[in-house]
Amino acid sequence: MATAAPQDRSELAEFLFGRLSLDSLAFLHDPILLGTFIGSAIGGMAVLGWVTKQQLWGYLWREWFCSIDHKKIGVMYIILALVMLLRGFADAIMMRTHQAVAFGDSMGYLPPHHYDQIFTAHGMIMIFFVAMPMIAGLMNIIVPLQIGARDVAFPFLNNLSLWLSTAGAALVMVSLFVGEFATTGWLAYPPLSGAEHSPGVGVDYYIWALQIAGVGTLLTGINFLVTIVKMRAPGMRLMKMPVFTWTALCTNVLIVAAFPVLTAALALLAMDRYLGTHFFTADGGGNAMMYINIIWIWGHPEVYILILPIFGVFSEVVPAFSRKPLFGYTSMVYATCVITILSYLVWLHHFFTMGSGASVNAFFGLATMIISIPTGAKLFNWLFTMYRGRIRMTLPMMWTLAFMVTFTVGGMTGVMLAIPPVDFLLHNSLFLIAHFHNVIIGGVVFGFFAGFNFWFPKVTGFRLEEFWGKVSFWLWLVGYWVAFTPLYILGLMGVSRRMSHFDDPSLQIWFEIAMVGAFLIAGGIAAFFMQIYVSFRKREELRDHTGDPWNARTLEWSTSSPPPPYNFAFTPVVHEQDAWWDMKKRGYERPTQGFIPIHMPKNTAAGMVLSAIATICGFGLIWHIWWMVIASFVLLVIGSIVHTFNTDRDYHIPAEEVARIEAERTQQLAAAGAQA
Amino acid sequence: MSANQGTATTPEFYLREEHHVENGSMLGFWLYLMNDSLIFAILFACYGVLGANYAGGPGPAELFDLRLIAVNTALLLLSSITYGMVMIEMQRKNVRAMQMWFVITGLLGAGFIGIELYEFAHLIHIDAGPGRSAFLSSFFALVGCHGLHVTFGIIWLVTLMVQLQKRGVDAVMWRRVSCLSLFWHFLDVVWIGVFTFVYLMGVLR
Repeated sequence: MATAAPQDRSELAEFLFGRLSLDSLAFLHDPILLGTFIGSAIGGMAVLGWVTKQQLWGYLWREWFCSIDHKKIGVMYIILALVMLLRGFADAIMMRTHQAVAFGDSMGYLPPHHYDQIFTAHGMIMIFFVAMPMIAGLMNIIVPLQIGARDVAFPFLNNLSLWLSTAGAALVMVSLFVGEFATTGWLAYPPLSGAEHSPGVGVDYYIWALQIAGVGTLLTGINFLVTIVKMRAPGMRLMKMPVFTWTALCTNVLIVAAFPVLTAALALLAMDRYLGTHFFTADGGGNAMMYINIIWIWGHPEVYILILPIFGVFSEVVPAFSRKPLFGYTSMVYATCVITILSYLVWLHHFFTMGSGASVNAFFGLATMIISIPTGAKLFNWLFTMYRGRIRMTLPMMWTLAFMVTFTVGGMTGVMLAIPPVDFLLHNSLFLIAHFHNVIIGGVVFGFFAGFNFWFPKVTGFRLEEFWGKVSFWLWLVGYWVAFTPLYILGLMGVSRRMSHFDDPSLQIWFEIAMVGAFLIAGGIAAFFMQIYVSFRKREELRDHTGDPWNARTLEWSTSSPPPPYNFAFTPVVHEQDAWWDMKKRGYERPTQGFIPIHMPKNTAAGMVLSAIATICGFGLIWHIWWMVIASFVLLVIGSIVHTFNTDRDYHIPAEEVARIEAERTQQLAAAGAQA
Repeated sequence: MSANQGTATTPEFYLREEHHVENGSMLGFWLYLMNDSLIFAILFACYGVLGANYAGGPGPAELFDLRLIAVNTALLLLSSITYGMVMIEMQRKNVRAMQMWFVITGLLGAGFIGIELYEFAHLIHIDAGPGRSAFLSSFFALVGCHGLHVTFGIIWLVTLMVQLQKRGVDAVMWRRVSCLSLFWHFLDVVWIGVFTFVYLMGVLR
């Protein structure tokens, strides 16, 4: 194998390839990475080969990749999330198995440098490329349908957001095989992440993957705010909006107000690394704690960006399966808004140990504890909605109940951590790890599964089958508790996070139990995919022709499943909260004639093209290939300008086409009615 | 659909015409500007925290030439007025006059960037570049970020001039020219903050 050590490289090679050399393909020397590479290469080739064999490329390109339909973009976000979940979970199970064996004389099977990359990648991927696309996917699919709109306010930007997120994910995946990933932990604290202590490309992969994906998230935030503010159906005043849309609104307020801070923090860190500035360095007058403040001013709102829409999911699921309107709608809305505001006033609780003094710590500790009040109000609202309801124990409801118990425990350990003196003991320990997995798995992931099972028939036209869904549910729930209860216990004993080796053999049993939990969760993930597969095979049995399989309450259930491209042949007029329930109750009859042409935005490849160029630009920046950076950046600017000259952006669906689609639906409804 | 024609018991449940949604571009652009002001807020905060960390290097009183900055500020503020003239001419649908004021605005912006580049080159030349101290890092980041925005504003302005020539004043151009107007005035407001907090108060320090 040819080796090209940086010192004896020609200037031409330096110019052409920057820091990139054959040595950068480190996976060739590491059996674990080599196996991963071969496995993903074979898997990838199989998928690509299958798509080619089925001649699906044209279809995928036209109908999906270039699509500006919010429903399809939502589906693609969720696919991205599920693919990245597999990657992030592979990291998780490696950590759990490694820690279970790395005791005493055994150093485990992961070298420390590799282990550090794994915990960094796991955290970063799970938050940015699993949880965020889950949320973005649910919002994309549901929000326009719930407010009776045809699409989002800026359909092209929506497509661009998706592909920018995918570009960020792609860069993280490339880091697996070309070069390395950061070894700094998921927030890349300086001075460790500075040029002096992390001279490699790992932190640069981290920075540019996040910057590119972050732009996408920011555009999503603006897009959905404008959509919800401007595009609601007539009659849907703010206090008649479904609660999921309310939580989406608040989440997008948080995105718009928090993500620029992340952009700035990462830009400053990048300047420290690329231009030799002294923002966060230990010398030259820099101040590393400033980075930690800035990153958490983004980071704390971020966790509410993830959880608020999930609260919205439960607020839709519980009334639908209790056959009652949501208890305390107004208090639910106010609680959401209060959480939105408070989430900005608590960031310092992530580093009470910084030493800002008793008064500052007390302020942030109290502010943190106060958040539990509106959150508690929400839990009681869901409980009171169920009280004396006609509860149907479907999968979404089971996930909701699991959430209510699990998340409450996570909330209580959160309040423990909010007490500064307690935090001094638990800071940086496995107790903290257990706490945030408790709220993120018990909250975001359980809630995502509730929403996935709830809205799946809306997107595909058939329900998910229940057996594998229940297997997945129980494996996840039990797996979660088996995996993380030991970490609570270890944390209380003072065990630090991010360790790749332990000396004290008495701890080993807890790590072994945690590993068992991780394998149970692995089973839960496998059962989840099995559930999708089996449901797809049995789709004719599970088919729903009514568009409203759960007898639910909000507008998305008033249209067909899957909804037509234009969502609603006629824009609904809203009179009450739970608009669809109101329509059903008051004898709404579906219009079957008098259709008019519908104005729709046109598909475009611009989002994919611009994101591909952005990925190349990011790759050049990571490897210091300056010609590539300059060329792709210029192309990016030119491409954006050229796009603004494109005037061919919309078209009309003719009235006859609308009439044809609606007539099909009439037949389906009649058939469903005959069966019932 | 006869059942839905608004009898006393069953109200209207759908619109029979296409629902006309107000265009959200201006709201979206205001939100974008809010984003941007947060980025500047962070850069101002960094300057506030690090602005006195000279690390044994030169401080603002030695480095800043207020006369030069006064000229620079005047150019940028004037360009805001001339952009206002673009907006006035747009209401009269006078494309020629709009183009003229666009040219003047763009030249004033370019002059501003020219002076800023001269200032930066001078500082780097006397070994007071962004790597010298945390003070200079935060100075270059804040002022440079503003300068980058003005540069993109000029590229955008030229693009709009071409589009204006092609399309004349229609609804789309009205929106685009209005967005750039917001952007341009926003940069002015930010610059007033930079001028006050970085230059004036820096020299006082």
